[in-house]
Amino acid sequence: MDALGLKDVMFMVLAVAAVVTSLMMVTRKNPVHSALWMIATFFTMAVIYLLLNAQFIAVAQVMVYAGAIMMLILFVIMLVHMETGGEGSVGAARRSKATRIAGALVTAILLAELLFGALFYQMTGRSGDYTVATVNSVGGVKTVGALLYGQYLFPFEIASILLLVGIVGAVVLSKRK
Amino acid sequence: MFLEIPTTFCYLLSGILFTIGAVGAILRRNVIVVFMCIELMLNAVNLVFIAAANALSSMDGSVFVFFIMTVAAVEAAVGLAIFVMVFRQRNTVDAYEIDLMRG
Repeated sequence: MDALGLKDVMFMVLAVAAVVTSLMMVTRKNPVHSALWMIATFFTMAVIYLLLNAQFIAVAQVMVYAGAIMMLILFVIMLVHMETGGEGSVGAARRSKATRIAGALVTAILLAELLFGALFYQMTGRSGDYTVATVNSVGGVKTVGALLYGQYLFPFEIASILLLVGIVGAVVLSKRK
Repeated sequence: MFLEIPTTFCYLLSGILFTIGAVGAILRRNVIVVFMCIELMLNAVNLVFIAAANALSSMDGSVFVFFIMTVAAVEAAVGLAIFVMVFRQRNTVDAYEIDLMRG
């Protein structure tokens, strides 16, 4: 191996893939194509999570995002038929020059701010106890589970109530009157 | 060989993805695509959580990302229900055409 390790090379490839797929997602006209590119983005992000030693989150990413949420979005795209609901040719003329300039300005400012933050940050947090060796000796999922049902039990219960509210809200909203 | 990935690279990737999501959310007019852009922004934030937790050898990042995923799932369910309801009333999901709140 050369100076770059296997992990670095994988990360670079995945990062480029994530940026390209997300750009494709934003620029596609057809929402179904957007959704499929989004699924590709989620898979690349899941592999990046694996490289960062977060196995539980990587699996949850594939199951929750790429599985459940994107399936829901695809369903709604199919329900909302795009012949009348898409971005038609009528609206294209409405995107004026001012909108494009504002978009470019927002891109430049936001990207500059975020890159500034990413390049000149200072890590002030204290290192925790969960080194890779410690976590691997117990198991990543077991560690996350112990935290969720121990230290973070109350937020976990709140999250379950939030999910219940979401179920009821979705049923009430989409019910035909 | 199996060195850790520099945290700065993760932050840079996250910044780029967040910007793509934000600009898409501003410029696109199909509300479902706008919604997907918001999910992309949430994912970029998740990446920062995981990268920072990895750098500080902490497990809290995974827990917080778990909660963010829960909220994103609820948001997806309720938001898409709202889109279906709006489409039933207005027969469109173009953000320019949806002006139900106009007095």
